[in-house]
Amino acid sequence: MLDALIASLRYRLTAAIRKPRLDLPLLGGLALLMAVGLVTLYSASDLDRGTVLAQALRFLLGLLLMLIIARVPPLMLRNWTPWLYAGSVLLLVAVALLGEGRGAHRWLDLGVVRFQPSELLKLTMPMMVAWYLNGRPLPPGWLTLAAVGLLIAIPVGLIAEQPDLGTALLIAASGAFGVFLSGLAWWRIGLLLGAFVAAIPVGWHFLHDYQKNRVLTLLDPEADPLGNGWHIIQSQIAVGSGGVWGKGWHHGTQSRLEFLPEHTTDFIFSVFAEEWGLIGVLMLLALYAFIIARCLWIAANAKDTYSRLLAGAISMALFVYVVVNGGMITGLLPVVGVPLPLVSYGGTSAVSLLAGFGVLMSIHAHRKVLAT
Amino acid sequence: MASAFKPLKDTRHEAAVFRGRALAGFLIIMVCLIGLAVRFAYLQVARHDELALRSDSNRIVTRPLAPARGLIYDRNGVLLADNVAAFRLEVTPEQVKDMDSMLDRLAEIVPFSDDDLARFNALRRSKHAYESIPLRLKLSEEEIARFAVNRWAFPGVDVVPYLTRAYPLGEEFAHVVGYVARIDENDLARLDKGDYAGTTHVGKTGIERYYEDKLHGEPGYEQVEVNADHRPMRVLEPRIAPKPGANLYLTIDAHLQEAAEAAFEGRAGAAIAVDPRNGEVLAMVSVPSFDPNAFVNGIASADYRLLLANPDKPLMNRALRGGYAPGSTMKPFMALAGLELGLRKPGDTVLSVGEFHIPGVQRAFRDDKRGGHGRVDLVQAIAQSVNTYFYSLAYDMGIDRLSTFMAKLGFGQPTGIDLVGESAGVLPSQEWKRARFNEPFYPGETVIAGIGQGYWVVTPLQLAQAVAIVAARGVPHPLHLLRAIQPSIDSKPVRVEPPPAKPSVIKNPDDWRWVQKGMVEVVNSGTARGINENFPYQIAGKTGTAERYSRTTEEWTSISDSPIERHQVLFEAFAPADDARIAVIVALEAGRSGAHDAAPIARKILDAWLPGDQEAQMQRGNAGAVAAAEQAGRR
Repeated sequence: MLDALIASLRYRLTAAIRKPRLDLPLLGGLALLMAVGLVTLYSASDLDRGTVLAQALRFLLGLLLMLIIARVPPLMLRNWTPWLYAGSVLLLVAVALLGEGRGAHRWLDLGVVRFQPSELLKLTMPMMVAWYLNGRPLPPGWLTLAAVGLLIAIPVGLIAEQPDLGTALLIAASGAFGVFLSGLAWWRIGLLLGAFVAAIPVGWHFLHDYQKNRVLTLLDPEADPLGNGWHIIQSQIAVGSGGVWGKGWHHGTQSRLEFLPEHTTDFIFSVFAEEWGLIGVLMLLALYAFIIARCLWIAANAKDTYSRLLAGAISMALFVYVVVNGGMITGLLPVVGVPLPLVSYGGTSAVSLLAGFGVLMSIHAHRKVLAT
Repeated sequence: MASAFKPLKDTRHEAAVFRGRALAGFLIIMVCLIGLAVRFAYLQVARHDELALRSDSNRIVTRPLAPARGLIYDRNGVLLADNVAAFRLEVTPEQVKDMDSMLDRLAEIVPFSDDDLARFNALRRSKHAYESIPLRLKLSEEEIARFAVNRWAFPGVDVVPYLTRAYPLGEEFAHVVGYVARIDENDLARLDKGDYAGTTHVGKTGIERYYEDKLHGEPGYEQVEVNADHRPMRVLEPRIAPKPGANLYLTIDAHLQEAAEAAFEGRAGAAIAVDPRNGEVLAMVSVPSFDPNAFVNGIASADYRLLLANPDKPLMNRALRGGYAPGSTMKPFMALAGLELGLRKPGDTVLSVGEFHIPGVQRAFRDDKRGGHGRVDLVQAIAQSVNTYFYSLAYDMGIDRLSTFMAKLGFGQPTGIDLVGESAGVLPSQEWKRARFNEPFYPGETVIAGIGQGYWVVTPLQLAQAVAIVAARGVPHPLHLLRAIQPSIDSKPVRVEPPPAKPSVIKNPDDWRWVQKGMVEVVNSGTARGINENFPYQIAGKTGTAERYSRTTEEWTSISDSPIERHQVLFEAFAPADDARIAVIVALEAGRSGAHDAAPIARKILDAWLPGDQEAQMQRGNAGAVAAAEQAGRR
């Protein structure tokens, strides 16, 4: 059994390398994005090659994973989905019981690597929603909706408890996109959104103090410019001082002189905006738009509902990352730990993103195979 | 897979629905991305100027650069106040983990006093933790070496070079040049904060204080890029260099000053030499003095207490603030007043019998010689210092005319010399007495005012001014100490226009002739005879001997019998008598008589100025001065 699995993996790996089934426009877009990411990181880390090398290695690992996943037929993925989902939820439970991390329990130490099980959900959540909706008549009714809601609520609740509200919301969104793409009636969407908005004042009371602070800080960052408001203010200064043309690569004073916190991770977009200006920002946003559009195109051409919903949900989740991160660094949204996809420094995020693109590549490669 | 009980899945329809939703989703995404782009454009275009400014103010700190203080020279370019490189120990509190234990360890390597520590702690409270604060100034070479070896053990402690003020001639010029010291709270109140942002020291006394605005210069600025921890990263262009203060050339002659000070042999007193032709102060000595260098980097409080406790008051500038009874040195001025007011003719005589009585009053005013001097005219009265002559003159003159005339010679008001803290002295007058005691002026007080006793208080500087006016045949040239200014290193020293002379106080030139004759006779045959011996020019002078302690009884005591310590003694002189180039006043706190103790000091001052190199002095005094100063400025 194990031998068979290893043999199968070895076969797929060699096949993936010899004959990659990849969508070249998407791959090109991703390669460009990763290049931008490394160049920006080199500047943001103040020319620290070690950081850039570490990030490049993660990209390589992610790309390798992408190649392997691209070889896996969507049908197989679909069959594994419930188990993968159940496994990742179990890991979340483990984190809640034995996890570690500063202030929040997010990390699981596996001896060799430490990783955040919540990252897994970024993939398994849309997979599970797609799997479930695939077996239901569409567009979904209230009953289906309730079942999907439960599937979303269990892991999201666990992640929100860590507490990691930002990730929880992102994962909830990736599930919700599956429902949206499955054709949920507009009037039902309207009702749900209305209920969500109505629930905000109630939800406010369940927020931790630091989370409330982040929201309040967003409304008036100058109230505590050296404390809670520091991130928002310094990030906006970095972005705004970049102007139209930018200060030039490695000439961003806000990051180089360490006024901008977290300038290699969550706030790397500010560094990019400072050094490349509005022109660079527009080009980067256009690149993201292109990647998302290409992903949605792949989704639209998929031959079965599971593949369509999965591919669509993954692409739309990508967009949420960009908008939430961009909104955060420009002072539109509260400070939540959401990285800029493939640009921010950080391991699990890059690897899980590339794995997600692997799923898209697989769907693209198998678009001609008729699903049952 | 699909059971019959479940509604049938219509894959074709689902695909169509999905395409619609994917399109809708993409539109939503585009709207959001465009919204984000608008937000970026708002920050990067609309608010760019504001945020760029805030970015710069984050990182750019403007640091003032202290200008180099102007140097001070004597009239010939002898350096009196210099800037020398020194090293100090600075501590950046932010970089020190445990300040107390660090200071304990540091004290074993570079000793510092409790005063240093107190100043350091005071500064620490008022500055940011990332700013470095001086702990010890003026490190010795040995201390620098010792610290360098142990430097690794003291993160946040640095040896920093700086310019400090040094007074090469020390005590000799302490009262003229003064000194600079660290800026304190009082100084902060009167100084411009912008101009002094980088300056640590300010003139406290003397020339250093009076010409602070000229000596200080203009600060420069440099912009330093700092990181978020306020640590300086690099210096940015452009840098505005500080403009050094102007170099000053004083009217003082260092050699004359040195000779004058040496002549005192440590006895407490003051001497001033003036060029009567222009009011230049050639020497100004106050003994005892102190070392101004001790004050520059903060004098130890024990040393300061010692200076304050010294009964001879070394910190007091006697020339400027010492109050003396002028005594007989007033007599030439009284004689001049008598002639000018038409109260006496030169040939008028008075019979001195040893006592003078105001008509109808029992009280006797004594002569200094038992039985009196006999019948004396004006010249003899000055030469022999005959009190009776001046008692009767003052009585005839009345206090109003006396004080009016003496005010023209500058008594009762500061001379206006370019130093701070000058005393006005006391010119006896009806107004003064009314204001001071709310009493009228009694005739007996007028009589003793005629011989410089009673309420009179004069400073040596006022007396020097009056002698200089007489020496200049009545023309007052305001006293001053600044001779030339060198505004910058590239420019030549420029002569400072002396303050304009005032109209002569003498209407009839013959009056001056008689007074001068009297003063010449003082030296030739009178109280100070012998003082002109072996001197190439004729000296005119007048002695003064005043009681240090008021006499409680009327019992007449011979001056020659009294102990040395009982008198303040004075001597005033000018030479050459006909065409004076120097006027001198010597005041000794204690002595036997003006002739015995003060006159020899005055003679030594005259010796140092007039003979021998006199021609050379004249040369330098006129055309050569600027050249000499220029030469000195280049060193």
